[in-house]
Amino acid sequence: MTVSQDAAVQETITPDGRTIGGVLMEMRNITLRFGGVVAIEDISFDIRQGEIRAIIGPNGAGKSSMLNVINGFYHPQDGEVWYKGAIRGPMRPHQIAAQGIARTFQNIALFHGMSTLDNIMTGRLTHMKTGMLSQSVWFGRAQREETENRAFAERIIDFLEIQSIRKTPVGRLPYGLQKRVELGRALAAEPSLLLLDEPMAGMNVEEKEDMSRFILDVNDEFGTTIALIEHDMGVVMDLADRVVVMDYGRKIGDGSPEEVRNNKAVIDAYLGVSSD
Amino acid sequence: MVSSPDRPLDTIPRLVAHHAQNRPDSAAFREKEFGIWQSWSWRQTASEIDALALGFLDIGVNAGDHIAIIGRNRPYLYWAMVAAQSVGAIPVPLYQDAVAEEMAYVIEHCSARFIVAQDQEQVDKIIDVKEELSGVEQIIFLDPRGMRKYERALLTEYSVLQAQGRENEAKLRPELDKRLAAQSGADTCAMLYTSGTTGRPKGVVLSNDNIIMTSKASCSFDGLRADDSVLAYLPMAWVGDFIFSVGQASWSGFCVACPESSDTMQHDLREIGPTYFFAPPRYFEGVLTSVMIRMEDAGDLKRVMFKHFMEFARTVGPDILDGKPVGLGKRLKYALGNLLVYGPLKNSLGLSRVRVGYTAGEAIGPEIFDFYRSLGINLKQLYGQTEASVFITQQPDGQVRSDTVGVASPGVELKIADNGEVFYRSPGTFVEYYKNPESTKSTKDTEGWVATGDAGFIEKDTDHLRIIDRAKDVGKMKDGSLFAPKYVENKLKFFPNILETVVFGDGRDSCMAMINIDLQAVGNWAERNNIAYSSYQELAAHVDVYATIQQHVEDVNASLAADEMLAGCQVSRFLVLHKELDADDGELTRTRKVRRSVIEDKYKDLIDALYGGKTEIYTETEVTYEDGSKGSIAATLEIRDVRRVAREEKAA
Repeated sequence: MTVSQDAAVQETITPDGRTIGGVLMEMRNITLRFGGVVAIEDISFDIRQGEIRAIIGPNGAGKSSMLNVINGFYHPQDGEVWYKGAIRGPMRPHQIAAQGIARTFQNIALFHGMSTLDNIMTGRLTHMKTGMLSQSVWFGRAQREETENRAFAERIIDFLEIQSIRKTPVGRLPYGLQKRVELGRALAAEPSLLLLDEPMAGMNVEEKEDMSRFILDVNDEFGTTIALIEHDMGVVMDLADRVVVMDYGRKIGDGSPEEVRNNKAVIDAYLGVSSD
Repeated sequence: MVSSPDRPLDTIPRLVAHHAQNRPDSAAFREKEFGIWQSWSWRQTASEIDALALGFLDIGVNAGDHIAIIGRNRPYLYWAMVAAQSVGAIPVPLYQDAVAEEMAYVIEHCSARFIVAQDQEQVDKIIDVKEELSGVEQIIFLDPRGMRKYERALLTEYSVLQAQGRENEAKLRPELDKRLAAQSGADTCAMLYTSGTTGRPKGVVLSNDNIIMTSKASCSFDGLRADDSVLAYLPMAWVGDFIFSVGQASWSGFCVACPESSDTMQHDLREIGPTYFFAPPRYFEGVLTSVMIRMEDAGDLKRVMFKHFMEFARTVGPDILDGKPVGLGKRLKYALGNLLVYGPLKNSLGLSRVRVGYTAGEAIGPEIFDFYRSLGINLKQLYGQTEASVFITQQPDGQVRSDTVGVASPGVELKIADNGEVFYRSPGTFVEYYKNPESTKSTKDTEGWVATGDAGFIEKDTDHLRIIDRAKDVGKMKDGSLFAPKYVENKLKFFPNILETVVFGDGRDSCMAMINIDLQAVGNWAERNNIAYSSYQELAAHVDVYATIQQHVEDVNASLAADEMLAGCQVSRFLVLHKELDADDGELTRTRKVRRSVIEDKYKDLIDALYGGKTEIYTETEVTYEDGSKGSIAATLEIRDVRRVAREEKAA
């Protein structure tokens, strides 16, 4: 294993008092192709420990593909993915699940017939070690393990203030709450990196405010590193420490929200360029 | 905790110590957290309170200080109240949903140096108005979530303060013992701010004697025991919650359960199954509506069974509950109904075990009241206010009716002034309004009689008190008989078809009514009867609607005629308004109370027509749309005469 040279980046303190640590993940010259289509072209950026990193861009810019590269679902044809100080090669699904990256989906992917609690419990699966046999008789270690995991799930329910829907099948919940349950399931995995794919999509203002509050609280309370894709520029600018801007599979900007807001290429991509 | 056996049980800390000694292992508090009911025994409760009291001493709380307490019902906050009392300070619970400015007023008014706040939301509100709050030295917070980065100079975590107290116990113990020993029944137990519908809220000072004597009397009135339980879900700042969850619980030693969150109340209610339960009428109304809606969607068998047994229950249920003689056959059928319908229904409402249930605050519809009683739930009414430590009158078992508020509570004297206003004098009568001798004087006279502000009368043969209206709203008709508009309006509004109504008659020789139909209820009826309509106005003017409303008014007249004092308020003529009364037009307050004077002014032409004997009237009315623009609607309204029941007729 080679250690990334950048791993020793100095700790920095954000204006609101959070500590941003060294590099957790680094993308080096990533290129991802589907046949002849280039989805991501030569993109490099890093995600640092404890920060909220946003990836934005117009439709079809390659944001979701980027997220899939980050969590290892896609393996890029060119470039290196450095995660926790080591290069990451192609992985099998169980390896992907075990690496400590949890995500939510743009179009909610919950088990609709199951209750909120059960859905969140599925997020604990990677933390359950006992076999099917001992779990089925629910004895000794299996019983203890279930109790511990249930306690963890309950802490998340408390954190996300969804006690009143604990036993409700998620299919019956309104959209905004389903999004929250999905966040809960991702948190249940105790991820070292949390990926959120458009967490605010389709929400009303109040739901967006709630979700923003939860994202900030997750980051603040658990120190979870968060990478999120979002369309709502207002939300991104308020939440993120640093923003990557993509357009047509290329990176056109990277920096603090303030820098990105003033970046000419970004303005052009979002507002269009006049022909004269 | 110090509790020498020769001391009378005349303060809350002494009562807690008493229970910690006599029933150390029974549950005193429960709270659902992380999906599980956690519980604290009296011994644990006493020890938690003790630690916090020591902590209070450690940060310099003086005897006589006010400590504001803000948050939802949680054991920790109840302990904070008792801990404050232990060190001789006065707990001041505040409404958790109050906006920052309101909070600032109260905190500044009682010059609180210390505040116990539940979570970040409350702390943020206080910090927002920090500039106005000169006296606040420390905010003690319960839930640290989201406050990791907050400036700590002003903030102390609840558990840290307790640890601090325990750590310095050796140094602080003698002082705590001294303060506990120095207290007496005459000392202030708590200060509760009345919500103040008019003007600024007033701080009602209640002594230990007020609270404990009232709790003692009311506990024996209803036979509340140590094995009873309540769910504490109403605001901590409200006197009722203080009496139920602090006063009565400390007196009889029953267990107070706190819900997991405000949204889970209904669910937690079902799990706890309290034996003693209070809810305002609108709660019972809401639950009944949701039951009815669910039954509409139920299968045929269930629906038929529900309908049949509920009709039967209405005939015998209340009698069985009151212990009146009921035939064996009917009792057996009721038992079957209990097995099939009433039992399961009560269980799903969380009311299976309720032995004593109360409702108060406003009039409850008779059919709503009867619904619960016919299920076998001992729902009763009481009448009270903050200044009386709640109890003024309450209904004894076996004498429960929807139209009275009961007989004088034990130890309470009642009198009715000439203008109909109810006065009381009781051991629970408040000491004073804090820093407001003027209001104290105008409310409580030198002999201790307190004006309630409500008008009512005492029924001669039963001694039950009946509240008619706010005293200032009660007028006289031309012939000198009582005019109680709200009483009549409430009677009308109990009909689902009538949403709002305004009754006129002060200083006149007869009563007139303007009525708003309930678009939902009447619309539903229209749909079922194939009556097409395109607007509220059109439906309101429909001849069949008029006929229905007329029937309702006549029913109300008949029931008014049965009341000697109110027979004069029978409605002579009415009309159905062409528009809904609306807060945007200033006709209602934002809390949907009728603004009588505005309406009197705005609809002067209609009132004149009502009294002028016309049968129809053309009118144009200005309306304000939601975007603020104005328009006007015109209509010709029909005015109908209604049959009045003569007083002689009733006698015959």
